[in-house]
Amino acid sequence: MIIVLGLLSFTIAKQRALLYLQNNEPLRSMPVYHGLYVSLWAFLIPFFLIILFLTFKANYLNYLVTPYLSEETISLGSEEIMYVKNFLINNISNLNNLINSGFISEADSNSLIEKYQNSRLISFIFVIVLSIVLSFVSYRKLSVRFDARRRVESILKFIFFIFSTIAVLTTIGIILSLIFETLRFFSQVGFFDFVFGTHWSPQTAIREDQVGSSGSFGAIPLFTGTLLITAVAMSIAAPLGLYSAIFLSQYAKPKTRDFLKPILEILAGIPTVVYGFFAALTVGPFVRSCGEYIGLTVATESALAAGLVMGIMIIPYVSSLSDDVMTAVPLSLRDGSLALGATQAETVKKVIIPAALPGIVSALLLAISRAIGETMIVVMAAGLAANLTANPLSAVTTVTVQIVTLLVGDQEFDSAKTLAAFALGLMLFVITLALNVFAMIIVRRYRERYE
Amino acid sequence: MNKNFSKRHKAESRFKAYGFFSLIAAATMLAIIIGSMIYRSIPAYTNYTIDLEINMTEISLEDGIDDINYRGILRSSLFSFFPEVQSRSDKRKLFKLISSSATYTLRDFVRENPSYIGKKFYFNVLFTDDSDLFYKGYVDISLPEDERRLDNKEITWLNQLDGTGRVKNKISRNLFLNGDSREPEVAGFWGATIGSLITITVTLLLSFPIGVLTAIYLENFAVKNRITDFIEVNINNLAAVPSIIFGLLGLAVFINFFGMPRSVPLVGGLVLSLMTLPTIIIATRSSLQSVPPSIREAALAMGASEMQVVFQHLLPSAMPGIFTGTIIGLARAFGESAPLLLIGMVAFIVDIPATFTDPATALPVQIYIWADSPERAFVAKTSAATLILISLLILINLAAVLLRKRYEVKW
Repeated sequence: MIIVLGLLSFTIAKQRALLYLQNNEPLRSMPVYHGLYVSLWAFLIPFFLIILFLTFKANYLNYLVTPYLSEETISLGSEEIMYVKNFLINNISNLNNLINSGFISEADSNSLIEKYQNSRLISFIFVIVLSIVLSFVSYRKLSVRFDARRRVESILKFIFFIFSTIAVLTTIGIILSLIFETLRFFSQVGFFDFVFGTHWSPQTAIREDQVGSSGSFGAIPLFTGTLLITAVAMSIAAPLGLYSAIFLSQYAKPKTRDFLKPILEILAGIPTVVYGFFAALTVGPFVRSCGEYIGLTVATESALAAGLVMGIMIIPYVSSLSDDVMTAVPLSLRDGSLALGATQAETVKKVIIPAALPGIVSALLLAISRAIGETMIVVMAAGLAANLTANPLSAVTTVTVQIVTLLVGDQEFDSAKTLAAFALGLMLFVITLALNVFAMIIVRRYRERYE
Repeated sequence: MNKNFSKRHKAESRFKAYGFFSLIAAATMLAIIIGSMIYRSIPAYTNYTIDLEINMTEISLEDGIDDINYRGILRSSLFSFFPEVQSRSDKRKLFKLISSSATYTLRDFVRENPSYIGKKFYFNVLFTDDSDLFYKGYVDISLPEDERRLDNKEITWLNQLDGTGRVKNKISRNLFLNGDSREPEVAGFWGATIGSLITITVTLLLSFPIGVLTAIYLENFAVKNRITDFIEVNINNLAAVPSIIFGLLGLAVFINFFGMPRSVPLVGGLVLSLMTLPTIIIATRSSLQSVPPSIREAALAMGASEMQVVFQHLLPSAMPGIFTGTIIGLARAFGESAPLLLIGMVAFIVDIPATFTDPATALPVQIYIWADSPERAFVAKTSAATLILISLLILINLAAVLLRKRYEVKW
């Protein structure tokens, strides 16, 4: 509807501007801009309002149905309340369904529906009237000397600025939501119990009197598990990725490069869920049977299997970044070394790698941050039980696995269990952010040195 | 001297070989992953079926199409092969060899073709996953009876049925055209694929305009100051935040704060577009930068305004690069599953979604769900879905590469 209004005002304003032209009056801006100016006013603010209405519709509906809950429903606890509320919200425009459900009397149904439809009508009329008023006001401003183009452009510029803040708002949203939920978590569980506790078993019992009803939230085993798997992954990815990068940037002829590079790109493009499935189905059992063959007991969900596959996944991240930095080393350094009689390998080891070291280090740091934040591989191939161990053959669990297990499925949103996931998320965010920022600083310094 | 020389040369070729072999190792891994998926997916594409003779001669239309005892008809037809099976438990076991979906497919068939009522005809019925795997040779008969999914009796029956010549191996249409199901022989990934497409559409609609306009603002209009510097650093950092954090954001903000429903593609698309935004912004900025300044200066000299320069000159020249970046970002979002798990798109959903607010799941999440299922037949299904996902992604990326090659302007 407001799109139609916007288009309508566009044509009217443009026609008026064209009329000036026909009368040979010197227009300051092209007719299109006259049209755009009015239609932007007619469209933008109402459109923004509609988005706002839609975002808060669910909250409003929730508020609307709350007084209609019967005392019987409320006495049945939060789950039943949620169910009835959802039912009422979903059937809010269907009188028969409401009455037949038995949750709400006929008189109440009628008043609820009436309220709902009134508020809908009011917001609808409000938006339309606003659109018309705005377009009328802006239409009155048009004249021969009116600089519509500059006005339109400054409006657009402002919109662009708003868009560019969305990225910032996302970050703020992440930080605020994580911190907010984490603070709620720490009001239930002590900070030091979480950060330095060595026992993780978040299963809070349903009844208070059950054994172990409190659950314990010591995050140390999760972080050691994450580090163990990351270490395994990096011990695969670092050498393979670096040597691949050296070969691609120093030895490979352009044709070989064109052929080999896509392999790494495909490896980087495979979804992590595929790696996870591969790890759980093929690598896990394979590692176990290998272990049995040489007389070791290996868990099916061993850290080794998950780490191996994660290592494969990370190879391209290491190689593509270090490839870039090694190609960026000035040719004069390389040629100088070769001219002094050093072999290719010696040049790489003694000249290129030291020169590219900051870049390589930051590539490794970014790869580590990737490995720490990686979810699907460990969810599918690593264990659930939190063991505090450094043995890669046993099953360990990671931060991301626990976030997923705590939050998947229907859960109450106030229990320490779900809030713990946000505390873990905050730790994860801080750690990866620190690694990324550190890596970025190193790269920036490195670039400055050679540019 | 000479000795030293050959030693150095050996070290040289050793070093080169290390590099070559690590690349080969990566290639081998890729081959193993794809190869194992192809190998494991083989049983998924076909399903063994049997033509059962349906006797509807004693049934008339007056009974009401929905009230006909389809199950009974199928039972008696199947039991006619085995007159010697009398005990109730044996009969139940025998009927469990064919898929429990058979009753519904027969009902749907009769509903659409009521003229078959009162006649005798052959109807093609699926076997269950276990019988299907037996026919395909995946059941190890040498194992002790209690370690197999099928006992000796069932195996004799299946062999007997095979002898009638009515058993056929048919391409499994269910795999490609159905939604999810608890029965492996009925489950398909079409519902998840549609869910993925809807989600990606939301992502595209949101992240493309916002990303491109943000990049234009930062590249052309923003005054260099603290705020824009902060925005820039922020975008670069956001690109490296683990995807699961975006899931937490979606759960806390969209679902809990704004009260949006769980499991819907709209919320999934919102979360994924926040995740894709940095990729698109970075790609757009670098392709805007690659347009030579002479174009911009020429347009400005002709009296174009900043805005006109951007929309009439810079943006059209930068479009191929922008599209490539967007496609790559969307491909990543298409294969992403971790954030979707947290916002509830991991539910068991049979119906094929049609709108932005229908409960849905996505193709990668479907893979996760199936990989978690205990039935053995799901292994093949999962591998097949995996292959479809990988080939879709390779196609998308190929499209990006071709687009870049075709339209890239060399200045």
